[in-house]
Amino acid sequence: MTTMLSPGPGIARPAAWTVRRVLALVERNMMMYRRSVIPLAFGLVEPLMYLLTIGFGVGSLVGTVPGVNVRYPVFVAPAILATTAMNTAFNQTSFGVFTRIKVDLTYEAIVPTPLSATDIAVGEVASAVLNGLLTSAGFLLATTAMGLAASPGILLAVPAACLVGFAFAAGGLAVTTFLRDFPDFQLIQLVMLPMYLFATTFYPLSTYPGWLRPLVEALPLYQSIQLIRGPALGTFDGPTLAFATCYLAVFGTAAMIIATRRLGKLLLK
Amino acid sequence: MIHVFTYWLMRYRRTWRASIVMSVGNPLLFLIGVGAGLGHLVDHHAPAQMAGVSYAAFFAPGLLAAAAMQTAFLESSGQIARAAAPDGAYQSTVSTPLSPEQVMAGHMLYVAFRVLTSSAAFVLVMACFGLVSGARGVAMLIAATLTGLAFATPAAAWAVGVRVQRHISTAYRMLIMPLYMFSGTFFAISELPGPIRVIVEALPLAQGVALCRSLALGTAGAPAVAAHAAYLCILIVAGFALARAAYRRRLHA
Repeated sequence: MTTMLSPGPGIARPAAWTVRRVLALVERNMMMYRRSVIPLAFGLVEPLMYLLTIGFGVGSLVGTVPGVNVRYPVFVAPAILATTAMNTAFNQTSFGVFTRIKVDLTYEAIVPTPLSATDIAVGEVASAVLNGLLTSAGFLLATTAMGLAASPGILLAVPAACLVGFAFAAGGLAVTTFLRDFPDFQLIQLVMLPMYLFATTFYPLSTYPGWLRPLVEALPLYQSIQLIRGPALGTFDGPTLAFATCYLAVFGTAAMIIATRRLGKLLLK
Repeated sequence: MIHVFTYWLMRYRRTWRASIVMSVGNPLLFLIGVGAGLGHLVDHHAPAQMAGVSYAAFFAPGLLAAAAMQTAFLESSGQIARAAAPDGAYQSTVSTPLSPEQVMAGHMLYVAFRVLTSSAAFVLVMACFGLVSGARGVAMLIAATLTGLAFATPAAAWAVGVRVQRHISTAYRMLIMPLYMFSGTFFAISELPGPIRVIVEALPLAQGVALCRSLALGTAGAPAVAAHAAYLCILIVAGFALARAAYRRRLHA
């Protein structure tokens, strides 16, 4: 009611959200898995294939990684874990939300209910974080079973995956509000794939020439990997972890603000 | 048949920019990210295992074959299932003098064109990196196109009967992606444990990868090349025959 009573002259302010209403949307998204968990399982199959092919297959040609002195699969697994949280969360709020806007018309049914556009935005991001957490936890179990957990610090990956998921879920939602139609997802690929390949997922930063390193370090995936890989290999570098945490929190919050403002206009036009 | 081909070509004029991202940009990024980046680590550690060949030179021809498969599958299956749907493009050809077989052959010609052009772009990039040159490049281009078609015709035979679009992406993720990853593209099949190796070697993409790689590295022997090429050709012809029957069944139903 408050939103209706305060039209506010000038710039429209994003509507308020409550935990209860957000949980309603999260519950709705989770209910979909009762019919089939295949979409969620896909999020796990792809990173496992990369781990087997590149981690073990190519890894046998690499031996130990220079600089960190661990077996190659041990080095790659935490980074692939970060990409798992990233991809699952990002796909849910980009492709998932866009499909719900354009094809399923889910929100047309939600808008007349007490849920505000902000509730929808927060709810979508929350369920994307939950998805990211589920797939990364699954990946974590698989890597531990393969004997790739070098240090108990790898358990820090669980809270880290939530933060990574939040940053990319919010980022994905913000990007979605700018999309025109499905072919635009090719452009997203043009950003996400290079980031996946170049954000030190498969080789250390020292592989790059000096002038290129700051550019790689600026990537949000690089910071996500920093947050997970160090502790997983047993090194806790306070400033690095603190910086990565702040970077992802700020990145996610900024994206969230853009996403809520634009989603409101998109759904209530 | 030519009319069907030109129809798809006309449609492609509108979407070619976006398609370049997938069919050329994607393998190019893998070539740089994995071939050059990860190759840097491999070349430092195990030059002996690679028999004097850089990892990039080993990886690139495998990637060419894998990308040809990917393009062929994406271009045939999804488009065909959509075209065969009740509101799809195929329905309007049924009332013309075109036979289902011609509709299929024309579409396959278009897929061949797409695989050939995107493989050519990739071979050109390889040449720029100094990974291939001259006649070997042309031979690889033919090998990559054969590899693509070996997936396109069986995929067409299957996809024309698909009524749920989602099945296409499931097949892509559960069938095509594992083939892409494990058919000797990223690492030699000889690294796999015994029984799995025998199975993987018999898979169509492994044949295409072996063909492209032996041509690129100049290690090709005539009998091996003939065997790989014959394998792929049999698959193309068998897929074509099955697709003829499947098109007739779906379009004249």
